[in-house]
Amino acid sequence: MRLDILNRGYGPGTKLLFALIRVFSGNPVPDAAKLVFYRPDFYGAQAKKFTHEAMRGPSAWSVADRELMAAFVSKVNECAFCVGAHTATAGQAYQDGAKVQAVLADLESAPVEDGLRATLRMLGKLTREGKVGAEDMREVLCAGVSRQQVEDALAVCAAFNTTDRLADAFGFELLSPEGFEAGAKYLLKRGYR
Amino acid sequence: MPDEDKKRAAHRALVDRVLNGEGRTSPEQRARAFSNADIPPPLHALIDKVATRPAQVTDADFAAAKASGFSEDQLFELVISAAVGQSARLYEAGLAALAEATVNGEAG
Repeated sequence: MRLDILNRGYGPGTKLLFALIRVFSGNPVPDAAKLVFYRPDFYGAQAKKFTHEAMRGPSAWSVADRELMAAFVSKVNECAFCVGAHTATAGQAYQDGAKVQAVLADLESAPVEDGLRATLRMLGKLTREGKVGAEDMREVLCAGVSRQQVEDALAVCAAFNTTDRLADAFGFELLSPEGFEAGAKYLLKRGYR
Repeated sequence: MPDEDKKRAAHRALVDRVLNGEGRTSPEQRARAFSNADIPPPLHALIDKVATRPAQVTDADFAAAKASGFSEDQLFELVISAAVGQSARLYEAGLAALAEATVNGEAG
């Protein structure tokens, strides 16, 4: 990572925790985890709460759908770490990695429901252009998505526009495919808390 | 508390902590990074990239900021402020468009 404090600035308790994670998972501690353990009072504690609420809190969207949104927003932001992490997580959650790959390759031809497709299209526009209009929202609502689901999708979009930026700015190191799959398993079991 | 309010409340708590809590930078410095406005030259490239094209951040952007006297802890705070700020603007823009689309209560 680009800041030495994010590689080395941890107290003895956190260092011990990182060592245990390495031993028991057989993988290095992902930089995404290191970030939220550094001065957690400034960012990590509140960021985890918000991200967990967006990704695992009550919603008419499934966990798989929300992980796909996270992967899709990360793709628009060209954030390789988050694309890897959430492609793996969405693939495991759907038990269908091909579906996730199809959405990331070409949303319009991918085998997903129209409501999810319209929602992803809107999140992509918002992330890319920084704005959307009422007309964009009407298209999503007309595709059968409820107002509450749009709000829930916007929370996922906000969480990952933050995480993507931090991953790219701080320079999160990419994991191996096995590392991303192990991380995905953890995120599906434990969430973001 | 309804579930949608829990998401919004958790987001507001994050924004409030980053902007107004204790830190190694002043709340004013964090507010400028959050808004991506009035950033002094040695920091401008880094903060603007975090907000608008994060994939293009380089080691040199951090080196320039450090050379002008910012500590790593200060850059940690200002980069987070910039990332949280841009995301908050996207969230607000989306919610405002949704409110406009459903102003007559005809949907959802």
